[in-house]
Amino acid sequence: MSEQQKYEPKIVAFLCKWCSSAGSDLAGVSRIQYPANATPITVPCSGSVSPMYILSALKKGADGVLVSGCHIGDCHYMEGNFLARRKLHLVKELLQFCGVEENRFRMSWVSAAEGAKFAEVVKEFVEDLRPLGPQEKLKAKRA
Amino acid sequence: MSEKRTGVFVCHCGNNIAATVDVKKVAETMAQEGTVAYSQDYVYMCSDPGQNAVIQAIKDNQLDSVVVSCCSPSLHEKTFRDNAERAGISGFTCEIANIREQCAWVHKNRDEATAKAIKISRSAIRRVARNKSLEPIAVPVVRKVMVIGGGIAGIQAALDMANGGLEVVLVEKLATIGGHMLQLSETFPTLDCSQCILSPKMVEVSRHPKIKLMTYSEVKEVSGSVGNFQVKILKKPTYVDPEACKLCDECTVVCPQVVPNEHDLGLTARRAIYIPFAQAIPASYTLDEDACLGLNPIRCGKCKDVCEAGAINYDMRPETVTENVGAIVVATGFDLYPQEKILEYGAGNVEDVLDGLQFERLCSASGATKGHVLRPSDRKEPKEVVFIQCVGSRDPAQHCAYCSKICCMYTAKHARLYKHHVPDGKAYVFYIDIRSGGKNYEEFVQRAMEDDETMYLRGRVSKLHRTKDGKVRVMGTDTLTGMNVEIDADMVVLALAMQPSKGTEEAARVLKIGRDKDGFLAEAHPKLKPVESVTGGIYLAGCAQGPKDIPETVSQASAAAAKVLGLLSQATLSHTPTVARVRNSHCTGCEMCVTACPYDAIRLENGKAVVNEVLCEGCGSCSATCLRAAIEVRNTSPLQVNEMIEAVLSF
Repeated sequence: MSEQQKYEPKIVAFLCKWCSSAGSDLAGVSRIQYPANATPITVPCSGSVSPMYILSALKKGADGVLVSGCHIGDCHYMEGNFLARRKLHLVKELLQFCGVEENRFRMSWVSAAEGAKFAEVVKEFVEDLRPLGPQEKLKAKRA
Repeated sequence: MSEKRTGVFVCHCGNNIAATVDVKKVAETMAQEGTVAYSQDYVYMCSDPGQNAVIQAIKDNQLDSVVVSCCSPSLHEKTFRDNAERAGISGFTCEIANIREQCAWVHKNRDEATAKAIKISRSAIRRVARNKSLEPIAVPVVRKVMVIGGGIAGIQAALDMANGGLEVVLVEKLATIGGHMLQLSETFPTLDCSQCILSPKMVEVSRHPKIKLMTYSEVKEVSGSVGNFQVKILKKPTYVDPEACKLCDECTVVCPQVVPNEHDLGLTARRAIYIPFAQAIPASYTLDEDACLGLNPIRCGKCKDVCEAGAINYDMRPETVTENVGAIVVATGFDLYPQEKILEYGAGNVEDVLDGLQFERLCSASGATKGHVLRPSDRKEPKEVVFIQCVGSRDPAQHCAYCSKICCMYTAKHARLYKHHVPDGKAYVFYIDIRSGGKNYEEFVQRAMEDDETMYLRGRVSKLHRTKDGKVRVMGTDTLTGMNVEIDADMVVLALAMQPSKGTEEAARVLKIGRDKDGFLAEAHPKLKPVESVTGGIYLAGCAQGPKDIPETVSQASAAAAKVLGLLSQATLSHTPTVARVRNSHCTGCEMCVTACPYDAIRLENGKAVVNEVLCEGCGSCSATCLRAAIEVRNTSPLQVNEMIEAVLSF
């Protein structure tokens, strides 16, 4: 496999509009460099991320999925990130049950003021995904 | 889908994007997308010619939707949505692909950055392909405001808004308005009498035709949203008819029940039936249900017997009043940090150790000692008084991390007032730093040091205790000389930290507005929206939002009033239409979304979920919870997100 030689994990990053997306904007404004593996999808709130989105991303060939929201207690919608934390924690267990490394799914809390932290989260995630190799388990087999 | 006609506009942002992203390639690749009818790149899309190009392209190519690949939507989403409107299509069919902050600026490798920019743009195209044309929801406005809290902040806001023509409902928990300011003896930096400047305003409130004053009342429930809140207010019974009461004071003379007087912070006592103080507004007596022997003529009934006006009515019952208001100002104020928590200073158990407000009541002419500074234990004039600053403040390890802001100034004031009352006395102040920023504040502190010969000692007090000869031994350090200091004081005054009041806590809970890490009400933006809460239509004033002195409180209250006047001067408000929508055919009425909604915007009607579009903020918690994809946020539907995921994972 030639792809194996230079494996770059593909990450779907769900960022909440108010904190993490604004935090990634700050990383941009501050010109903090991080790997291009994660492509952002901005959603209103981390609480709006359905477990289905995560499974759907893995099915469509993502090697990792990141959900990043406001810090716990700082949700723009008051309690959305509590819902996200409670609900998405179960996804980890589900992934394990399916035989997918639970580390392929990550949650983080990045505020609008934490550009550097956002860059760090992405960097770390990419590094943690490398040893796992491409995600094949849930990837749809059709061409 | 083939009839969809999307236009893609890729911005170079000068060289900001173009330096790392091959902009031309992005525009060309996007032109291949099935729904894209038009694609172009331009050096500055947000410039006047750039914007005109967008408008022209929409008109010339009959575009029905637009994707602009440029900077963050927080910067120019509004610009391009307005352009879409100007070109005759709905602004909600325009989406921004952020290829600057989230791509060009954070990557160096041109190929990688270009590939990512393509993915981001493609996902926006897929999303916009299913975006609906939406119109903002118009919300009618009720031209009435509720102010919670009748301290100086609430009074000022209420007067400003009432003078601006709005109907105001002022709700106060206690039997009188006035708040903490009325407990103060004099105010810094002018030493003018607090009561003299506040009581005219209180009278104005009570006489203002546009202000409905509800004292002894609490806000119990708030529903609705900006422009139209429904508020339930509980009016507690005072058992005295204020109209009939002649203020003759006969009832307090016969009342057998004696309890500590809150207005004097327990330095004096009052009866179960009482008027908080002579200038109370409304000027009427209140029968304290908890202290009374039992509201029963068989058990006592002395006050009722003696009242010639027949103003006392034991059968009064709590009453719930519903008000409809367009906006709410929260001015619920502060409490002092409890002395019980300061163990090293005796936890409130050492006699003649007072808090700042108690000292104010000692100095006040209407206070416990009729304006003579006498210490509570033996009613003798204290000859040595130690004032300790930063008690509970600036102590992240044990108490509050923040600075309570006003203590430096009021301690200087206390020291001066003390010296004016007891010219031969000695005043010591223990301080960490003196923070006297403010007009004439620094001069005031200097006068306390020089004219009034207050001894300022830089350092903390480690401990204090009562001695056998009836003094309070204060053990501290003077860090400027490096010496330990021991003073046998007659009285000690603690400048306790300010903390959000109990009422503030309750207001935050009832109104569902956020609080910061210290429990003060959170403003929407620390610099640019200092009087707005995160929830639309709810404004903040005074110490409920953070420690502040009277001038600042008054400014903030007036600012909040100005904001409300601005808000309610509009006939209707517009609410974003990107709210939740129920697909009736899929909904089974399981109520999971009802539970998930933080705004109580969803209810069940005939077994199906129904969204109150005015309340819904479009957070999407409901759609992430629904098992049958029966509820979704407009223009962020699960279908759209799935297609975005696919676009993001495409090569």
